[in-house]
Amino acid sequence: MRLLNRVLVDILSTTVSDFWNTGLSKNMEVLLSSDKIADCITALADEIVLKTSKGDKIAVIGIRSRGEILAKRISDILSKKLKTKIPCGTLDITLYRDDINNPHGDSQPIVRSTEIGFDIDDKIIILVDDVLYTGRSIRAAMDALIDLGRPKAIRLAVLVERAGRELPIAADFAGLKIDLPAEKNVQVNFVESDGKDRVIAI
Amino acid sequence: MNKKQIIWKHKHLIGLRDFSREEIEYILDTAHGFEEVSTRNIKKAPTLRGKVVVNLFFEDSTRTRNSFTLAANRLSADVIEFTEKVSSTSKGETLLDTARNLEAMGIDIVVIRHSAGGAPKFLSRNINACVVNAGDGCCEHPTQGLLDVYTIRKIKDSLEGLKIAIVGDIAHSRVARSDIYAMTKLGAEVILVGPPTLMPAKVEQLPVKVSYSLDDVIGQLDVINMLRIQFERMGVNPFPSVKEYSHYFGLTVDRMKKAKKDILVMHPGPINRGLEMESEVADGPNSVILRQVTNGLAVRMAVLFLVNQGAMMQDKKERLEGQ
Repeated sequence: MRLLNRVLVDILSTTVSDFWNTGLSKNMEVLLSSDKIADCITALADEIVLKTSKGDKIAVIGIRSRGEILAKRISDILSKKLKTKIPCGTLDITLYRDDINNPHGDSQPIVRSTEIGFDIDDKIIILVDDVLYTGRSIRAAMDALIDLGRPKAIRLAVLVERAGRELPIAADFAGLKIDLPAEKNVQVNFVESDGKDRVIAI
Repeated sequence: MNKKQIIWKHKHLIGLRDFSREEIEYILDTAHGFEEVSTRNIKKAPTLRGKVVVNLFFEDSTRTRNSFTLAANRLSADVIEFTEKVSSTSKGETLLDTARNLEAMGIDIVVIRHSAGGAPKFLSRNINACVVNAGDGCCEHPTQGLLDVYTIRKIKDSLEGLKIAIVGDIAHSRVARSDIYAMTKLGAEVILVGPPTLMPAKVEQLPVKVSYSLDDVIGQLDVINMLRIQFERMGVNPFPSVKEYSHYFGLTVDRMKKAKKDILVMHPGPINRGLEMESEVADGPNSVILRQVTNGLAVRMAVLFLVNQGAMMQDKKERLEGQ
Protein backbone atom coordinates (compact mmCIF):
# COMPACT_ATOMS: atom_id res chain seq x y z
CA MET A 1 0.00 0.00 0.00
CA ARG A 2 2.88 2.31 0.85
CA LEU A 3 4.34 1.59 -2.58
CA LEU A 4 1.05 2.37 -4.27
CA ASN A 5 0.72 5.72 -2.52
CA ARG A 6 4.25 6.65 -3.32
CA VAL A 7 3.74 5.81 -6.96
CA LEU A 8 0.47 7.70 -7.24
CA VAL A 9 2.08 10.84 -5.88
CA ASP A 10 4.92 10.32 -8.30
CA ILE A 11 2.64 10.09 -11.30
CA LEU A 12 1.16 13.51 -10.71
CA SER A 13 4.54 15.15 -10.43
CA THR A 14 5.97 13.19 -13.36
CA THR A 15 3.08 14.06 -15.64
CA VAL A 16 3.44 17.75 -15.06
CA SER A 17 7.20 17.93 -15.24
CA ASP A 18 7.54 15.65 -18.27
CA PHE A 19 4.90 17.61 -20.10
CA TRP A 20 6.84 20.84 -19.74
CA ASN A 21 10.22 19.24 -20.27
CA THR A 22 9.59 17.28 -23.43
CA GLY A 23 6.53 18.89 -24.95
CA LEU A 24 4.49 15.67 -25.04
CA SER A 25 1.24 15.79 -26.94
CA LYS A 26 -1.85 16.51 -24.89
CA ASN A 27 -3.41 13.07 -25.08
CA MET A 28 -0.21 11.31 -24.06
CA GLU A 29 0.51 11.00 -20.40
CA VAL A 30 3.66 9.65 -18.78
CA LEU A 31 2.66 7.24 -16.03
CA LEU A 32 6.17 6.22 -15.01
CA SER A 33 9.47 7.81 -15.84
CA SER A 34 12.71 5.90 -16.14
CA ASP A 35 13.67 6.46 -12.47
CA LYS A 36 10.25 5.43 -11.23
CA ILE A 37 10.39 2.25 -13.31
CA ALA A 38 13.69 1.33 -11.67
CA ASP A 39 12.18 2.04 -8.24
CA CYS A 40 9.12 -0.07 -9.03
CA ILE A 41 11.21 -3.00 -10.22
CA THR A 42 13.37 -2.88 -7.08
CA ALA A 43 10.23 -2.68 -4.93
CA LEU A 44 8.75 -5.68 -6.77
CA ALA A 45 11.93 -7.68 -6.16
CA ASP A 46 11.95 -6.65 -2.48
CA GLU A 47 8.40 -7.82 -2.04
CA ILE A 48 9.11 -11.12 -3.78
CA VAL A 49 12.08 -11.70 -1.46
CA LEU A 50 9.90 -10.83 1.53
CA LYS A 51 7.31 -13.45 0.55
CA THR A 52 9.94 -16.12 -0.10
CA SER A 53 10.53 -18.75 2.55
CA LYS A 54 13.78 -20.55 3.03
CA GLY A 55 14.00 -23.58 0.76
CA ASP A 56 11.62 -22.19 -1.86
CA LYS A 57 12.88 -22.79 -5.36
CA ILE A 58 12.06 -19.65 -7.32
CA ALA A 59 12.17 -19.08 -11.08
CA VAL A 60 11.08 -16.05 -13.08
CA ILE A 61 9.22 -16.39 -16.39
CA GLY A 62 8.33 -13.39 -18.53
CA ILE A 63 5.59 -13.20 -21.13
CA ARG A 64 6.83 -12.06 -24.54
CA SER A 65 7.76 -9.45 -25.34
CA ARG A 66 7.87 -6.71 -22.65
CA GLY A 67 7.39 -9.21 -19.83
CA GLU A 68 10.53 -10.93 -21.02
CA ILE A 69 12.63 -7.82 -20.41
CA LEU A 70 10.98 -7.11 -17.07
CA ALA A 71 11.54 -10.73 -15.99
CA LYS A 72 15.22 -10.48 -16.85
CA ARG A 73 15.61 -7.35 -14.72
CA ILE A 74 13.69 -8.82 -11.79
CA SER A 75 15.64 -12.08 -11.88
CA ASP A 76 18.94 -10.16 -11.94
CA ILE A 77 17.97 -8.26 -8.80
CA LEU A 78 16.63 -11.41 -7.13
CA SER A 79 19.85 -13.28 -7.93
CA LYS A 80 21.84 -10.56 -6.15
CA LYS A 81 19.54 -10.29 -3.16
CA LEU A 82 19.17 -14.03 -2.65
CA LYS A 83 22.83 -14.67 -3.54
CA THR A 84 21.94 -17.49 -5.88
CA LYS A 85 21.29 -17.62 -9.61
CA ILE A 86 17.53 -17.34 -10.16
CA PRO A 87 16.59 -19.01 -13.45
CA CYS A 88 14.77 -16.84 -15.96
CA GLY A 89 12.75 -17.93 -18.99
CA THR A 90 10.46 -16.56 -21.67
CA LEU A 91 6.95 -17.68 -22.49
CA ASP A 92 5.24 -17.10 -25.84
CA ILE A 93 1.49 -17.32 -25.32
CA THR A 94 0.33 -16.91 -28.94
CA LEU A 95 -0.74 -20.55 -29.28
CA TYR A 96 -2.87 -20.22 -26.13
CA ARG A 97 -4.61 -16.92 -26.85
CA ASP A 98 -8.40 -17.06 -26.66
CA ASP A 99 -8.77 -14.72 -29.65
CA ILE A 100 -6.52 -16.74 -31.95
CA ASN A 101 -9.48 -17.91 -34.04
CA ASN A 102 -11.27 -14.62 -33.81
CA PRO A 103 -8.93 -11.89 -34.96
CA HIS A 104 -9.92 -8.28 -34.66
CA GLY A 105 -8.21 -5.36 -36.25
CA ASP A 106 -5.66 -5.79 -38.99
CA SER A 107 -3.02 -7.27 -36.79
CA GLN A 108 -2.16 -10.93 -36.83
CA PRO A 109 -0.57 -12.82 -33.98
CA ILE A 110 3.06 -13.77 -34.59
CA VAL A 111 4.23 -17.08 -33.19
CA ARG A 112 7.56 -16.76 -31.44
CA SER A 113 9.21 -19.38 -29.33
CA THR A 114 9.00 -20.24 -25.68
CA GLU A 115 12.47 -20.46 -24.17
CA ILE A 116 12.54 -21.97 -20.73
CA GLY A 117 15.80 -23.77 -20.14
CA PHE A 118 14.90 -25.31 -16.81
CA ASP A 119 12.40 -27.68 -15.27
CA ILE A 120 9.43 -25.82 -13.78
CA ASP A 121 8.21 -28.78 -11.71
CA ASP A 122 7.95 -28.01 -7.99
CA LYS A 123 9.27 -24.47 -8.43
CA ILE A 124 7.54 -21.27 -7.41
CA ILE A 125 7.13 -19.51 -10.73
CA ILE A 126 7.04 -15.72 -10.68
CA LEU A 127 5.10 -15.00 -13.85
CA VAL A 128 5.95 -11.54 -15.13
CA ASP A 129 4.13 -9.23 -17.52
CA ASP A 130 4.33 -5.53 -18.15
CA VAL A 131 0.62 -4.68 -17.81
CA LEU A 132 -2.24 -6.60 -16.19
CA TYR A 133 -5.54 -5.42 -17.66
CA THR A 134 -8.25 -7.87 -18.80
CA GLY A 135 -6.41 -10.87 -17.40
CA ARG A 136 -6.73 -12.83 -20.65
CA SER A 137 -2.99 -12.99 -21.36
CA ILE A 138 -2.40 -14.31 -17.87
CA ARG A 139 -5.07 -17.00 -18.36
CA ALA A 140 -3.28 -18.04 -21.57
CA ALA A 141 0.10 -17.95 -19.82
CA MET A 142 -1.12 -20.15 -16.98
CA ASP A 143 -2.45 -22.72 -19.45
CA ALA A 144 0.85 -22.64 -21.33
CA LEU A 145 2.81 -23.10 -18.09
CA ILE A 146 0.71 -26.04 -16.95
CA ASP A 147 1.48 -27.76 -20.26
CA LEU A 148 5.17 -27.42 -19.44
CA GLY A 149 5.00 -29.03 -16.03
CA ARG A 150 3.59 -28.74 -12.54
CA PRO A 151 4.97 -25.77 -10.65
CA LYS A 152 4.52 -25.64 -6.88
CA ALA A 153 2.84 -22.27 -7.30
CA ILE A 154 2.45 -19.51 -9.86
CA ARG A 155 2.64 -15.92 -8.60
CA LEU A 156 1.98 -12.92 -10.78
CA ALA A 157 4.19 -9.83 -10.86
CA VAL A 158 3.36 -6.86 -13.10
CA LEU A 159 4.74 -3.38 -13.57
CA VAL A 160 1.32 -1.81 -14.14
CA GLU A 161 -1.90 -3.15 -12.69
CA ARG A 162 -4.75 -1.50 -14.55
CA ALA A 163 -8.40 -1.89 -13.52
CA GLY A 164 -10.66 -3.72 -16.00
CA ARG A 165 -10.35 -7.43 -15.30
CA GLU A 166 -12.55 -9.73 -17.43
CA LEU A 167 -11.39 -12.87 -15.63
CA PRO A 168 -10.96 -13.69 -11.93
CA ILE A 169 -7.23 -13.03 -11.93
CA ALA A 170 -5.21 -10.80 -9.56
CA ALA A 171 -1.58 -9.76 -9.27
CA ASP A 172 0.48 -10.88 -6.29
CA PHE A 173 3.05 -8.15 -6.86
CA ALA A 174 2.27 -4.89 -8.66
CA GLY A 175 4.20 -1.69 -9.24
CA LEU A 176 1.77 0.99 -10.34
CA LYS A 177 -1.97 0.52 -9.77
CA ILE A 178 -4.15 2.64 -11.97
CA ASP A 179 -7.65 3.06 -13.39
CA LEU A 180 -7.95 4.56 -16.86
CA PRO A 181 -10.82 5.12 -19.30
CA ALA A 182 -11.32 2.18 -21.68
CA GLU A 183 -10.19 4.12 -24.75
CA LYS A 184 -6.76 4.70 -23.23
CA ASN A 185 -3.85 2.43 -24.06
CA VAL A 186 -1.00 1.77 -21.67
CA GLN A 187 2.35 1.42 -23.40
CA VAL A 188 5.46 0.18 -21.66
CA ASN A 189 8.78 1.06 -23.28
CA PHE A 190 12.11 -0.42 -22.23
CA VAL A 191 15.65 0.53 -23.20
CA GLU A 192 16.28 -2.99 -24.53
CA SER A 193 13.40 -2.86 -27.01
CA ASP A 194 12.49 0.79 -27.50
CA GLY A 195 15.58 2.81 -26.61
CA LYS A 196 14.23 4.25 -23.36
CA ASP A 197 12.38 3.34 -20.20
CA ARG A 198 8.97 4.84 -19.70
CA VAL A 199 5.31 3.95 -19.22
CA ILE A 200 2.77 6.11 -21.02
CA ALA A 201 -0.97 6.24 -21.52
CA ILE A 202 -2.23 7.28 -24.95
CA MET B 1 15.38 -13.95 -34.52
CA ASN B 2 13.77 -10.70 -35.54
CA LYS B 3 10.65 -11.21 -37.49
CA LYS B 4 9.39 -9.05 -40.25
CA GLN B 5 5.71 -8.51 -39.67
CA ILE B 6 3.62 -9.30 -42.71
CA ILE B 7 -0.10 -9.87 -42.89
CA TRP B 8 -0.58 -13.50 -43.91
CA LYS B 9 -3.49 -13.74 -46.35
CA HIS B 10 -3.15 -17.18 -47.94
CA LYS B 11 -5.72 -19.80 -46.99
CA HIS B 12 -4.17 -22.38 -49.30
CA LEU B 13 -0.68 -23.77 -49.74
CA ILE B 14 -0.57 -25.07 -53.29
CA GLY B 15 2.98 -24.44 -54.40
CA LEU B 16 6.04 -22.43 -53.45
CA ARG B 17 6.22 -21.00 -56.95
CA ASP B 18 3.43 -18.59 -55.96
CA PHE B 19 5.13 -17.33 -52.79
CA SER B 20 7.52 -14.43 -52.32
CA ARG B 21 10.77 -14.67 -50.43
CA GLU B 22 9.22 -12.72 -47.53
CA GLU B 23 6.30 -15.13 -47.34
CA ILE B 24 8.57 -18.18 -47.34
CA GLU B 25 10.71 -16.62 -44.61
CA TYR B 26 7.59 -15.83 -42.61
CA ILE B 27 6.54 -19.50 -42.70
CA LEU B 28 10.03 -20.56 -41.59
CA ASP B 29 10.08 -17.99 -38.76
CA THR B 30 6.65 -19.17 -37.63
CA ALA B 31 7.80 -22.80 -37.73
CA HIS B 32 10.62 -21.91 -35.36
CA GLY B 33 8.04 -21.02 -32.72
CA PHE B 34 6.36 -24.40 -33.08
CA GLU B 35 9.49 -26.46 -32.47
CA GLU B 36 9.23 -25.99 -28.73
CA VAL B 37 5.81 -27.69 -28.58
CA SER B 38 7.40 -31.01 -29.56
CA THR B 39 10.13 -30.81 -26.94
CA ARG B 40 8.03 -30.63 -23.80
CA ASN B 41 6.12 -32.99 -21.56
CA ILE B 42 2.69 -32.19 -22.89
CA LYS B 43 3.25 -31.98 -26.62
CA LYS B 44 0.09 -30.12 -27.40
CA ALA B 45 -1.22 -26.57 -27.75
CA PRO B 46 -4.90 -25.61 -28.02
CA THR B 47 -4.45 -23.41 -31.11
CA LEU B 48 -6.64 -25.31 -33.59
CA ARG B 49 -9.07 -26.75 -31.04
CA GLY B 50 -12.42 -27.43 -32.70
CA LYS B 51 -10.97 -27.38 -36.21
CA VAL B 52 -11.16 -30.46 -38.41
CA VAL B 53 -8.34 -31.47 -40.72
CA VAL B 54 -8.86 -34.18 -43.33
CA ASN B 55 -5.95 -36.12 -44.74
CA LEU B 56 -7.13 -36.81 -48.27
CA PHE B 57 -4.47 -39.13 -49.65
CA PHE B 58 -4.91 -40.67 -53.08
CA GLU B 59 -1.33 -41.92 -53.09
CA ASP B 60 0.74 -43.92 -50.64
CA SER B 61 2.60 -42.00 -48.03
CA THR B 62 3.83 -42.77 -44.58
CA ARG B 63 5.98 -39.96 -43.31
CA THR B 64 4.21 -37.00 -44.88
CA ARG B 65 0.85 -38.29 -43.80
CA ASN B 66 1.93 -39.15 -40.27
CA SER B 67 3.71 -35.85 -40.02
CA PHE B 68 0.55 -33.94 -40.98
CA THR B 69 -1.57 -36.03 -38.61
CA LEU B 70 0.80 -35.44 -35.73
CA ALA B 71 1.12 -31.73 -36.56
CA ALA B 72 -2.68 -31.36 -36.52
CA ASN B 73 -2.95 -33.38 -33.30
CA ARG B 74 -0.33 -31.26 -31.57
CA LEU B 75 -2.42 -28.19 -32.36
CA SER B 76 -5.50 -29.98 -30.95
CA ALA B 77 -7.32 -30.25 -34.29
CA ASP B 78 -9.40 -33.34 -35.04
CA VAL B 79 -8.14 -35.41 -37.97
CA ILE B 80 -10.08 -37.52 -40.42
CA GLU B 81 -7.99 -40.03 -42.31
CA PHE B 82 -9.15 -40.67 -45.84
CA THR B 83 -7.39 -43.22 -48.02
CA GLU B 84 -8.29 -44.23 -51.51
CA LYS B 85 -8.50 -47.93 -50.76
CA VAL B 86 -11.24 -47.61 -48.17
CA SER B 87 -13.03 -44.70 -49.78
CA SER B 88 -15.74 -44.31 -52.36
CA THR B 89 -13.41 -43.28 -55.15
CA SER B 90 -13.27 -46.93 -56.12
CA LYS B 91 -17.02 -46.66 -56.60
CA GLY B 92 -16.51 -43.82 -59.03
CA GLU B 93 -16.91 -40.78 -56.82
CA THR B 94 -15.01 -37.86 -58.27
CA LEU B 95 -12.43 -35.85 -56.38
CA LEU B 96 -14.79 -32.92 -56.16
CA ASP B 97 -17.69 -35.05 -54.88
CA THR B 98 -15.47 -36.57 -52.26
CA ALA B 99 -14.22 -33.19 -51.09
CA ARG B 100 -17.70 -31.67 -51.05
CA ASN B 101 -19.01 -34.57 -49.01
CA LEU B 102 -16.23 -34.10 -46.51
CA GLU B 103 -16.88 -30.38 -46.50
CA ALA B 104 -20.53 -31.02 -45.70
CA MET B 105 -19.31 -32.62 -42.49
CA GLY B 106 -17.76 -29.30 -41.56
CA ILE B 107 -14.07 -29.71 -42.21
CA ASP B 108 -11.75 -26.72 -42.12
CA ILE B 109 -8.52 -27.86 -43.77
CA VAL B 110 -7.94 -30.44 -46.51
CA VAL B 111 -4.45 -31.90 -46.81
CA ILE B 112 -4.37 -33.53 -50.22
CA ARG B 113 -1.97 -35.82 -52.01
CA HIS B 114 -2.89 -36.81 -55.54
CA SER B 115 -1.16 -38.42 -58.50
CA ALA B 116 -2.58 -35.77 -60.83
CA GLY B 117 -0.68 -32.51 -60.91
CA GLY B 118 -3.02 -29.58 -60.30
CA ALA B 119 -5.51 -31.52 -58.16
CA PRO B 120 -4.94 -29.30 -55.08
CA LYS B 121 -5.35 -26.15 -57.15
CA PHE B 122 -8.57 -27.49 -58.66
CA LEU B 123 -9.87 -28.33 -55.20
CA SER B 124 -8.98 -24.91 -53.79
CA ARG B 125 -11.08 -23.24 -56.47
CA ASN B 126 -14.11 -25.37 -55.73
CA ILE B 127 -14.42 -25.72 -51.98
CA ASN B 128 -14.44 -23.28 -49.08
CA ALA B 129 -12.03 -25.15 -46.83
CA CYS B 130 -8.30 -24.42 -46.76
CA VAL B 131 -6.28 -26.66 -49.07
CA VAL B 132 -2.73 -27.79 -48.31
CA ASN B 133 -0.83 -29.62 -51.02
CA ALA B 134 0.94 -32.72 -49.69
CA GLY B 135 2.29 -33.62 -53.15
CA ASP B 136 0.58 -33.49 -56.53
CA GLY B 137 1.89 -35.63 -59.38
CA CYS B 138 5.24 -34.33 -60.52
CA CYS B 139 4.34 -30.69 -59.68
CA GLU B 140 5.08 -29.63 -56.13
CA HIS B 141 5.47 -30.88 -52.59
CA PRO B 142 5.62 -27.52 -50.83
CA THR B 143 5.92 -28.64 -47.20
CA GLN B 144 8.91 -30.81 -48.15
CA GLY B 145 10.50 -27.83 -49.89
CA LEU B 146 9.86 -25.72 -46.79
CA LEU B 147 11.29 -28.25 -44.38
CA ASP B 148 14.37 -28.65 -46.58
CA VAL B 149 15.15 -24.93 -46.55
CA TYR B 150 14.22 -24.76 -42.86
CA THR B 151 16.76 -27.50 -42.08
CA ILE B 152 19.48 -25.81 -44.13
CA ARG B 153 18.76 -22.37 -42.68
CA LYS B 154 18.83 -23.72 -39.16
CA ILE B 155 22.32 -25.12 -39.59
CA LYS B 156 23.86 -22.63 -42.02
CA ASP B 157 21.91 -19.56 -40.78
CA SER B 158 21.09 -18.42 -44.32
CA LEU B 159 20.82 -19.87 -47.80
CA GLU B 160 22.30 -16.76 -49.38
CA GLY B 161 25.14 -17.77 -51.72
CA LEU B 162 25.05 -21.49 -50.86
CA LYS B 163 25.64 -24.03 -53.61
CA ILE B 164 23.08 -26.78 -53.47
CA ALA B 165 22.87 -29.84 -55.73
CA ILE B 166 19.67 -31.76 -56.23
CA VAL B 167 20.71 -35.15 -57.54
CA GLY B 168 18.89 -37.92 -59.33
CA ASP B 169 15.39 -38.31 -60.58
CA ILE B 170 14.52 -34.65 -61.13
CA ALA B 171 11.96 -35.36 -63.85
CA HIS B 172 9.58 -37.23 -61.57
CA SER B 173 10.29 -35.23 -58.46
CA ARG B 174 7.80 -32.77 -57.01
CA VAL B 175 10.25 -32.34 -54.16
CA ALA B 176 12.83 -31.04 -56.63
CA ARG B 177 10.42 -28.42 -57.96
CA SER B 178 9.43 -27.12 -54.55
CA ASP B 179 13.09 -27.16 -53.48
CA ILE B 180 14.16 -25.20 -56.55
CA TYR B 181 11.60 -22.47 -55.92
CA ALA B 182 12.29 -22.22 -52.18
CA MET B 183 16.08 -22.43 -52.39
CA THR B 184 16.53 -19.97 -55.24
CA LYS B 185 14.09 -17.48 -53.71
CA LEU B 186 16.15 -17.56 -50.53
CA GLY B 187 19.32 -16.79 -52.49
CA ALA B 188 20.96 -20.19 -53.04
CA GLU B 189 22.43 -21.41 -56.30
CA VAL B 190 20.87 -24.71 -57.36
CA ILE B 191 22.55 -27.27 -59.59
CA LEU B 192 20.52 -30.19 -60.91
CA VAL B 193 22.60 -33.32 -61.33
CA GLY B 194 21.53 -36.53 -63.04
CA PRO B 195 21.43 -38.39 -66.34
CA PRO B 196 19.77 -36.47 -69.21
CA THR B 197 16.91 -38.98 -69.18
CA LEU B 198 15.96 -37.90 -65.65
CA MET B 199 16.03 -34.15 -66.33
CA PRO B 200 12.64 -32.48 -66.62
CA ALA B 201 11.38 -31.06 -69.87
CA LYS B 202 12.05 -27.33 -70.29
CA VAL B 203 14.73 -27.43 -67.60
CA GLU B 204 16.27 -24.34 -69.19
CA GLN B 205 13.28 -22.33 -68.01
CA LEU B 206 14.08 -23.06 -64.37
CA PRO B 207 16.46 -20.76 -62.46
CA VAL B 208 19.08 -23.52 -62.13
CA LYS B 209 22.29 -24.91 -63.58
CA VAL B 210 22.45 -28.46 -64.91
CA SER B 211 25.31 -30.94 -64.65
CA TYR B 212 25.48 -34.51 -65.87
CA SER B 213 28.40 -35.42 -63.67
CA LEU B 214 28.28 -35.57 -59.88
CA ASP B 215 32.07 -35.82 -59.66
CA ASP B 216 32.43 -32.47 -61.49
CA VAL B 217 30.42 -30.54 -58.93
CA ILE B 218 30.67 -32.35 -55.62
CA GLY B 219 33.72 -30.43 -54.40
CA GLN B 220 31.91 -27.06 -54.52
CA LEU B 221 28.71 -28.03 -52.73
CA ASP B 222 27.43 -26.80 -49.36
CA VAL B 223 24.36 -29.02 -49.50
CA ILE B 224 23.52 -32.13 -51.48
CA ASN B 225 19.94 -33.35 -51.71
CA MET B 226 19.70 -36.91 -53.00
CA LEU B 227 16.33 -37.78 -54.51
CA ARG B 228 14.73 -41.17 -54.55
CA ILE B 229 14.53 -42.94 -57.89
CA GLN B 230 10.79 -43.26 -58.37
CA PHE B 231 10.51 -46.51 -60.28
CA GLU B 232 6.75 -46.47 -59.83
CA ARG B 233 6.43 -43.37 -62.01
CA MET B 234 8.60 -44.63 -64.85
CA GLY B 235 7.27 -46.31 -67.97
CA VAL B 236 10.63 -47.38 -69.36
CA ASN B 237 14.00 -47.65 -67.67
CA PRO B 238 15.77 -44.29 -67.80
CA PHE B 239 19.19 -45.86 -67.27
CA PRO B 240 20.79 -49.13 -68.34
CA SER B 241 21.17 -50.63 -64.89
CA VAL B 242 20.77 -49.76 -61.25
CA LYS B 243 24.44 -50.51 -60.74
CA GLU B 244 25.45 -48.09 -63.46
CA TYR B 245 23.25 -45.34 -62.02
CA SER B 246 24.69 -45.80 -58.59
CA HIS B 247 28.21 -45.79 -60.02
CA TYR B 248 27.73 -42.37 -61.61
CA PHE B 249 25.20 -40.67 -59.34
CA GLY B 250 25.16 -42.59 -56.06
CA LEU B 251 26.52 -40.86 -52.96
CA THR B 252 29.21 -43.27 -51.86
CA VAL B 253 31.75 -43.07 -49.07
CA ASP B 254 34.46 -42.60 -51.73
CA ARG B 255 32.62 -39.74 -53.37
CA MET B 256 32.04 -38.06 -50.02
CA LYS B 257 35.83 -37.76 -49.63
CA LYS B 258 35.81 -35.16 -52.42
CA ALA B 259 33.11 -33.09 -50.72
CA LYS B 260 33.51 -30.19 -48.29
CA LYS B 261 33.91 -31.32 -44.68
CA ASP B 262 30.70 -29.57 -43.59
CA ILE B 263 28.48 -30.55 -46.53
CA LEU B 264 24.90 -31.33 -45.52
CA VAL B 265 23.53 -34.57 -46.91
CA MET B 266 19.77 -34.57 -47.35
CA HIS B 267 17.17 -37.02 -48.65
CA PRO B 268 13.39 -36.64 -48.66
CA GLY B 269 12.98 -40.36 -47.89
CA PRO B 270 12.34 -43.18 -48.19
CA ILE B 271 15.91 -44.04 -49.18
CA ASN B 272 16.77 -46.81 -51.63
CA ARG B 273 19.85 -47.73 -49.61
CA GLY B 274 22.77 -48.66 -51.84
CA LEU B 275 21.18 -47.03 -54.88
CA GLU B 276 21.09 -43.24 -54.34
CA MET B 277 23.18 -43.42 -51.24
CA GLU B 278 25.33 -45.89 -49.32
CA SER B 279 24.14 -46.66 -45.81
CA GLU B 280 27.37 -45.33 -44.28
CA VAL B 281 26.60 -41.93 -45.81
CA ALA B 282 22.90 -41.95 -44.94
CA ASP B 283 23.78 -42.65 -41.31
CA GLY B 284 27.02 -40.64 -41.34
CA PRO B 285 27.96 -37.40 -39.60
CA ASN B 286 26.99 -35.14 -42.52
CA SER B 287 23.52 -36.61 -42.83
CA VAL B 288 20.63 -34.43 -41.65
CA ILE B 289 17.96 -36.80 -42.95
CA LEU B 290 16.35 -37.45 -39.57
CA ARG B 291 16.49 -33.77 -38.67
CA GLN B 292 14.52 -33.11 -41.84
CA VAL B 293 11.79 -35.36 -40.46
CA THR B 294 11.79 -33.61 -37.08
CA ASN B 295 11.73 -30.16 -38.67
CA GLY B 296 8.95 -31.28 -41.00
CA LEU B 297 6.64 -31.52 -38.03
CA ALA B 298 7.26 -27.91 -36.94
CA VAL B 299 6.91 -26.69 -40.53
CA ARG B 300 3.59 -28.50 -40.99
CA MET B 301 2.27 -27.14 -37.71
CA ALA B 302 3.16 -23.66 -38.93
CA VAL B 303 1.48 -24.28 -42.29
CA LEU B 304 -1.76 -25.53 -40.69
CA PHE B 305 -1.72 -22.55 -38.33
CA LEU B 306 -1.07 -20.04 -41.11
CA VAL B 307 -3.67 -21.28 -43.62
CA ASN B 308 -6.21 -21.13 -40.81
CA GLN B 309 -5.13 -17.55 -40.08
CA GLY B 310 -5.37 -16.78 -43.81
CA ALA B 311 -8.91 -18.19 -43.93
CA MET B 312 -9.95 -15.95 -41.05
CA MET B 313 -8.45 -12.89 -42.72
CA GLN B 314 -10.36 -13.67 -45.92
CA ASP B 315 -13.62 -14.33 -44.07
CA LYS B 316 -13.25 -11.02 -42.34
CA LYS B 317 -12.56 -9.23 -45.61
CA GLU B 318 -15.62 -10.78 -47.20
CA ARG B 319 -17.76 -9.81 -44.22
CA LEU B 320 -16.56 -6.23 -44.44
CA GLU B 321 -17.18 -6.10 -48.18
CA GLY B 322 -20.64 -7.59 -47.68
CA GLN B 323 -21.66 -4.84 -45.27
